[in-house]
Amino acid sequence: MNPKRKQRLIIVSFLVIGVSATVGLIMTALSNNVNHFYNPTEVVQGAAPIDKSIRVGGMVVDGSVNRDGKSLAVAFTVTDYNNNVNVKYTGILPDLFREGQGIVATGKLDAQGVFQAEEVLAKHDEKYMPPQVQRALDKAQDAAPAQTY
Amino acid sequence: MIAELGHFALILSFCFAILLAFVPITGAWIGDRLWMRLSRPLAGAQFLMAIVAFAALTASFLRDDFSVRYVAGHSNSLLPWYYKFSAVWGGHEGSLLLWALILTGWTAAVAKFSKQLPLEMVARVLGVMGMISIGFMLFILMTSNPFLRYLPNSPQDGADLNPLLQDFGLIVHPPMLYMGYVGFSVAFAFAVAALMGGRLDAAWARWSRPWTTVAWAFLTLGIALGSWWAYYELGWGGWWFWDPVENASFMPWLAGTALIHSLAATEKRGVFKSWTVLLAIFAFSLSLLGTFLVRSGILTSVHAFAADPERGRFVLMMLGVVIGGSLLLYALRAPVVKSRIGFSETSREVFLLVNNIILVVAMLTVLIGTLAPLVAEWMDKEISVGAPYFNLMFSLLVPLLVIVMGVGMYSHWKDTKAAQLLGPVPMFLVISAVTSVVIPWMYGEIHLMAVIGVFIAVWLFAATLRDAWLKSASSQGRMRGWLRTSRSYKGMVLGHLGLAVTIVGATMVSQYTVERDVRLAPGQSVELSGFTFRFDEETQRRGPNFIGDRATVSILDSDGDVLHVLHPEKRRYQVSGNIMTEAGIDPGLFRDLYVSLGESLEDESWTMRVQYKPFVRWLWLGGVFMAWGGFLAVADRRYRIKLKRKLSTAEAMDSSDAQAQPRGDADALGGRQA
Repeated sequence: MNPKRKQRLIIVSFLVIGVSATVGLIMTALSNNVNHFYNPTEVVQGAAPIDKSIRVGGMVVDGSVNRDGKSLAVAFTVTDYNNNVNVKYTGILPDLFREGQGIVATGKLDAQGVFQAEEVLAKHDEKYMPPQVQRALDKAQDAAPAQTY
Repeated sequence: MIAELGHFALILSFCFAILLAFVPITGAWIGDRLWMRLSRPLAGAQFLMAIVAFAALTASFLRDDFSVRYVAGHSNSLLPWYYKFSAVWGGHEGSLLLWALILTGWTAAVAKFSKQLPLEMVARVLGVMGMISIGFMLFILMTSNPFLRYLPNSPQDGADLNPLLQDFGLIVHPPMLYMGYVGFSVAFAFAVAALMGGRLDAAWARWSRPWTTVAWAFLTLGIALGSWWAYYELGWGGWWFWDPVENASFMPWLAGTALIHSLAATEKRGVFKSWTVLLAIFAFSLSLLGTFLVRSGILTSVHAFAADPERGRFVLMMLGVVIGGSLLLYALRAPVVKSRIGFSETSREVFLLVNNIILVVAMLTVLIGTLAPLVAEWMDKEISVGAPYFNLMFSLLVPLLVIVMGVGMYSHWKDTKAAQLLGPVPMFLVISAVTSVVIPWMYGEIHLMAVIGVFIAVWLFAATLRDAWLKSASSQGRMRGWLRTSRSYKGMVLGHLGLAVTIVGATMVSQYTVERDVRLAPGQSVELSGFTFRFDEETQRRGPNFIGDRATVSILDSDGDVLHVLHPEKRRYQVSGNIMTEAGIDPGLFRDLYVSLGESLEDESWTMRVQYKPFVRWLWLGGVFMAWGGFLAVADRRYRIKLKRKLSTAEAMDSSDAQAQPRGDADALGGRQA
């Protein structure tokens, strides 16, 4: 092999190795840090993994918000109108968190089926409905056509 | 009537854009100088009409003309006048009009400050910008007209501006950001014009360089302002969320940063021409992608206005035309001849190439993370990409970038002796290593990320300052020597120091923020990082368009003396019914104390979040330095001297400037050679 070809070969192999390493790194980082979204029905049916960071969304059930008298712990229930999931959270809830409002929570499901939230999101607009929640509600509606509303 | 006038002016501006897009370029093609010369007046007329249109919309806001649908949706008679003014760009339609105004403004600026350019080039550049204008104005006129009216049943009052946007930060953040986004259209137009003319040389790089730098500086300011705004206005002290819209502005910034560095190599050494052109296309395409992501509503975020599939389709189409068209042109015209300019493995060219590769990988990281949820949605999965992904990737890429920067700063064009590159490295290593242990140790715990962050920041400080020290050597003393360095060199130093400052801020605030959610009744207090936060009382307060609960929180030092009294608020905006958290902040160069109100509980107590945020100001301070550096570099004498020389050679000769000329000509990066 002449030196020029050899140099070219070295450059190309460096490029190939570099690109594959970068792509591999990005993909690994991505797959480890993606949160999947589940609606309450999927959680109740056991489709959601336990003790893994996921997102759960739905409407906050009226009258379900229960704040601890002394600490910042709060418990509430989210629903897609077919199934309910109990959520526990410690901390300050967002300004627009309200009963009857759509929310998305990030956290982990424990073995008892209670969602231990680390973050609760409610968007800064009263009319706003997180699209995941909207779709989850639509899906639930399709799944239970017999129900009357 | 005013709204109709605005609408009419916008249509006229659109007509001028059409003329601008076709007449001068055709002129350049057939060699008709008259047609080419039309480009400047057309650019001016287009800008003038855009001003009239924008002024008309502003007037409709200030006069509370709620029969205009857009005004009714984004303003209210109770709004203070300055928010009525900024409400012009508080919604989708108006912010697009601002886009168009800034685009035509940049076009007019190119027309005005391009006297030294060949006429053909001017005609092509302005023509390409006219084409972009056509796209945007068509978008506004067809899908997002801000001048439409509610008739005959117009509302008595408006629906009010989103309270988050009723803030000083929002008066300035979007215009700055758009100046940056749209500014990249100039770099893009220069690149496309060069491809059209088949003249891809160092002169092209020199012409487009100042424009790119200015756009980049504005974008830097815009992003820093946005981050600052999120910090104090969203109420919870976060400064970067890896939200799709933030990413949308960060991607063009990363591509633009790569671009200003590769332009330096292209201008000084004539290398990487095709790559530079490609980056210019990328930077602007990413700006458009950002617009698409935000405006189409396909990705949800605080910034997303009402989703409208038609708008999404239009921007997607435009994106396709711009990216597809420019890449096609690139494929056809990019120089196929391999450049014969040689350089060794340790040359400045190679270091700039490495800088570019890292920045582009960083940009792709953000792009993939931002688009992944979209791709997953097509596969009927719902995912979100969390901050840990971005944080992980950047905590790998940024140190790599900065370490290379510190060494590369000492490289020369063509070739550098290894000893010269590696000579100062042991010194930097020692300084950085010591500081990176001492500072985290002062803050209690030594976190690995804090060590890395401080290490690279100090590395960058040391390398930049040593370089500045060496360059300012002069027989008349350091101070004179420093003043003698070119402005573009000073700009580079400032920009690099700015990055170091931002890294310090990001590291310290991420690693050593102390945050506690507490429940306090009046009279109770909580201790945090040596400060006592005492909740004194809560009062009611009425603003012009809101009612608020206002808490009084005193901050006491360890001796019990009151240092500051903060007033965090919870506001309820009457018209929209929105609730807002206004944080109470005690700012400082080395730490902020931050109190925000959560909810009021039955027994008069409140939930509160109290935070101690070290070095948080450095984040934005660094951004200001970077932007300042950019503006300084553009003010460099060599950009003006060329103009002056051409205008009146005689005058320039006997002016006092003539003496300093050789130094003035030395570029930031080439300064060492001069």
